[in-house]
Amino acid sequence: MLNVENLHVAYGGIRALKGVSLTVNEGEIVTIIGANGAGKSTLLNAISGFLKPAAGSISFKGKPLARRPDLIVRDGVCHVPEGRLVFANLSVENNLAMGAYLRNDKKAVADDLERVYALFPRLAERSKQSAGTLSGGEQQMLAMGRALMTDGELVLMDEPSLGLAPLLVQTVFEIIGEIHKLGKTILLVEQNAFKALSVADRAYVLEQGRIVREGKASEVAADPAVRDAYLGAESKAGG
Amino acid sequence: MDAYLEGIIMLSGINLIAVLGLSLLTGFAGLFSFGHAGFMAIGAYSAAIVTTIFKLPFSLGLAASAIVAAGVSWLIGRATLKLKGDYFCIATLGFGEAIRLILDNFQGLGGARGWPGIPPHTALWNILLLDVIGVVLLAHLVRSRHGRNMIAVREEELAAQVAGIDTFRYKMMALVISAAYAGVAGALLGHYMTFIQPKMFSMVKSTELTIIVIFGGLGSISGSVLGAVVLTFLPELLRAVDKWRLVVYGLAVIGIMIGRPRGLMGGFELTPSSVKRWIADRKDAKTAKADRMAEDAGNGKDVR
Repeated sequence: MLNVENLHVAYGGIRALKGVSLTVNEGEIVTIIGANGAGKSTLLNAISGFLKPAAGSISFKGKPLARRPDLIVRDGVCHVPEGRLVFANLSVENNLAMGAYLRNDKKAVADDLERVYALFPRLAERSKQSAGTLSGGEQQMLAMGRALMTDGELVLMDEPSLGLAPLLVQTVFEIIGEIHKLGKTILLVEQNAFKALSVADRAYVLEQGRIVREGKASEVAADPAVRDAYLGAESKAGG
Repeated sequence: MDAYLEGIIMLSGINLIAVLGLSLLTGFAGLFSFGHAGFMAIGAYSAAIVTTIFKLPFSLGLAASAIVAAGVSWLIGRATLKLKGDYFCIATLGFGEAIRLILDNFQGLGGARGWPGIPPHTALWNILLLDVIGVVLLAHLVRSRHGRNMIAVREEELAAQVAGIDTFRYKMMALVISAAYAGVAGALLGHYMTFIQPKMFSMVKSTELTIIVIFGGLGSISGSVLGAVVLTFLPELLRAVDKWRLVVYGLAVIGIMIGRPRGLMGGFELTPSSVKRWIADRKDAKTAKADRMAEDAGNGKDVR
């Protein structure tokens, strides 16, 4: 579904991505794990059109992906940005309506809104409340809900568990599973490698702008080098 | 009417037009500019060329001022709107000063000495007419889909992008419209003073416009109107304190910003419906208070 080939991105002289290639097939959850500064968010931002690649190609459903953020959303790729970024002064309901900005079919939008509320009962309870007054976890749910409202087929998620309490991290990963069941394809960037690998079908390990390991999530999780570098104490605790 | 009073009303009306434009850019699209006097200068000189050199009617001069200022802003926007917040602001500052310096050194239009003999076409009626048109157009714009998109860009640019809004387009739209407003204000100013000089459009003027917008309240058209009137009249009222005038002016601005950090109107709009709502809220508060007092009195009896 998504095909990234030999992608290079540079910030001035600093090369953040040095030839990354990856594939996401329809219906999969694919995760990209790696340390801080490995280039994970850079990769997602380049796919979404926020950054201009220096070289390489990105294609979506067999066609080259547009190179402007709003056109990319139109093509069916939606992005849940790192740090939530909700419209703080708008109500929860209106934030979700913003997600449906490009859509005209009122009936389908209303159905999707119901689906989002079913997925996130917390948001339904707080639909009239302004988004700025939500907790961090609720804002993350809102950002996910907003992405679902775009009706994109591919959901890019940037560090959805960042800065959340452990209990909420668990909830967020359960929700990622639920979103997958709705028929969405997911590309997930996470620091919490243990959780990410437990929910994903396939995984890529990104290190200093290069893919150093790829494979089935279970195989990557079992790789001793990966366990040492990214899973650490948590994997032992988790068995 | 007293000629002096009329003069101040006219100046505040001219300022208001430039302020309305800047209010769209800063208050609604969230972009700060310290170079809008540059667009006023472009408007003033374009209109003066049309009316003084080509001897064409003032209405064409006004149209030219809006079109040329908008055109130049489009070019500037192409080059600078990719810049984020503070960097865009610095770029506008550089642009404003560059325009002034170019006009200073361009002898064909009078250079630094200025350009006298511009016909006195500006009158109270055409200023007020343009003020009304300016407010009505802006009020419609900010409530339209386009205006809402600009507000979304201001609120959270990245979130607006992931919702599918072409943020560059809406920033450009806000910049071009605001430049057209500034251009018209410059044309009115030139034909009011009958004399233009690059010095009139320095950074001080740009800063004054931005202060008015912030003072009036970002994201409020009525705030911009109030700010333009108050801050044009204030220095005149302070003539009584003579050389301390600008000091008192500065202190007054600081004082009001401390008292009302979001500006005079701070995001609120003065419309018939908002006034009605305000009165209703006051009534509710009053009856609620009366109820509470009655209840308290009742409770008091029970205790006794």
